[in-house]
Amino acid sequence: MQDTKSVGVVTPQYVHIDKPLQLKSGATLDNYHLVYETYGQLNAARSNAILICHALSGNHHIAGVYADKEKSFGWWDNMVGPGKPVDTKRFFVIGVNNLGGCHGSTGPTSIDSKTGNPYGASFPVVTVEDWVDAQEKLSQHLEIEQFAAIIGGSLGGMQAMQWALDYPEKVRHALVIAAAANLTAQNIAFNDVARQAILTDQEFYGGNYYAYDTLPRRGLRLARMLGHITYLSNDSMAAKFGRSLRKDELSFGYDVEFEIESYLRYQGDKFTDLFDANSYLLMTKALDYFNPADAYDGDLSAAFQAAKASFLILSFTSDWRFSPERSREIVKALLDNNLNVSYAEIASNQGHDSFLMENDHYHELVRAYLNNIAV
Amino acid sequence: MNDANPLSVVALRPDLAAIAEWIQPGKKVLDLGCGDGSLLRYLRESRNVFGYGVEIDDKNLLSCFYNGINVIQNDLESGLSSFESDSFDYVILSQTLQAMRHTEDIIQEMLRVGKQGIVSFPNFGYWRNRVQVALGQMPISKALPYHWYDTPNIHLCTLNDFEELCRRCNAHIIECRVMSNYRPVHIFPNLMGMLAFYRFERAK
Repeated sequence: MQDTKSVGVVTPQYVHIDKPLQLKSGATLDNYHLVYETYGQLNAARSNAILICHALSGNHHIAGVYADKEKSFGWWDNMVGPGKPVDTKRFFVIGVNNLGGCHGSTGPTSIDSKTGNPYGASFPVVTVEDWVDAQEKLSQHLEIEQFAAIIGGSLGGMQAMQWALDYPEKVRHALVIAAAANLTAQNIAFNDVARQAILTDQEFYGGNYYAYDTLPRRGLRLARMLGHITYLSNDSMAAKFGRSLRKDELSFGYDVEFEIESYLRYQGDKFTDLFDANSYLLMTKALDYFNPADAYDGDLSAAFQAAKASFLILSFTSDWRFSPERSREIVKALLDNNLNVSYAEIASNQGHDSFLMENDHYHELVRAYLNNIAV
Repeated sequence: MNDANPLSVVALRPDLAAIAEWIQPGKKVLDLGCGDGSLLRYLRESRNVFGYGVEIDDKNLLSCFYNGINVIQNDLESGLSSFESDSFDYVILSQTLQAMRHTEDIIQEMLRVGKQGIVSFPNFGYWRNRVQVALGQMPISKALPYHWYDTPNIHLCTLNDFEELCRRCNAHIIECRVMSNYRPVHIFPNLMGMLAFYRFERAK
């Protein structure tokens, strides 16, 4: 049956930006390209654009399907489409793959014109600020002076915040979902274990595995398995897998026995086919470095003095990686600056991944909020 | 920037309208237990008031979103730690005090966060309530529409009781009004008033 609420078949587009991008690290990208998708129509006043920023393993393919690939639905297809909470009948929605990614925008797998080889380990470390600067260049290309809203979950929420801080005139609303104003030590620790898994894989070759026609599969697989555990909650894992076994009896060995083992290994294996290990390293570093309060002696309220947008902050009760407490810190900083802000703590047992899941209340809140945005 | 759809100002519930009369235009308001957000919306649209609501219930929260007001989902029992001292002109607690566990704490928090506090509550001393108690039963009325066993109201009080709490909390009462059947009452307020409204501030 055809999904009448789907944006249907979509095609990625590319923009080449021939101006150097000064990165926070001090390095410069002389030129780069970005891959993006759009859904819906930009109105005559160019006032109905929404940018959706992706999280760690996301990309520009947010909604719809590719003509040549069945079931290739975008990662937020349940949220974005005609009649969906982010309604493409009203809004012109843009998804963009971030720099350093591995789905078409310039990243470690791209060819460095200086050497003729893939960047690999030489691709500079990029930050949330750098991504936002690159996204802003895309907005210039699309001739969008101001976004009706910038939306992101997790690492995407950090980009939405950064936009409101760096380009306050260009953001009317920022929807920051399941995010935090910086990572906790525990969060950084998880990221570093993931990185160590990749960096110590013998097939990693210092990041230049492309030259050896191999991949650090084991490392990336472990990194993803670890990450995946932290995106779920104890309750959701108990409900979905419990202690169920693949076979009826114990095998007293180390092969897959429990369903959860099978699931995680499958997720890990699948990920190694879809994602580049160098990109994974870069994305986790961007997460670790994000900390807008840093330049203000840790005072987040001072950091948000620059912001002008209205904010919607959403968190999920079972999200222990970006807990509701962390969202409330953002809310506090916004309140201290007399900014328009609404905050909801959504009941869900699906952990950090809740922000990607279908949840009537969650979707209704987003729909209601966006409904009030005049375009 | 206010993006909310311009809608005609809906008639406010009379008890909320009574509170709205106390709010000066252009001021900053915190509405605790703001329900569907209609008071804040009314104040924004008719008096250019900027504010936030605090609400715990999911359904009410969604209504607030549709009303286009700022609302923070939070449990009032845990205090107002998200809000700085002296950061509001008015802090409103409308028909919520009687359902709160930490009655004294919330009054103290209102005095800390706001220059003035506004509280409304059903008056247990209303004559119809007294008659029902005299006849040997817990009162059920328009203002108290619950049985004793299913009521959320755990801290009912009379006007005199509330004034005593204000003294205890070092709150100076600026003004008191009462209503019965949504009409103002001017005689024997603790007997004739079904709903009580108080405006107060920190005692100097």
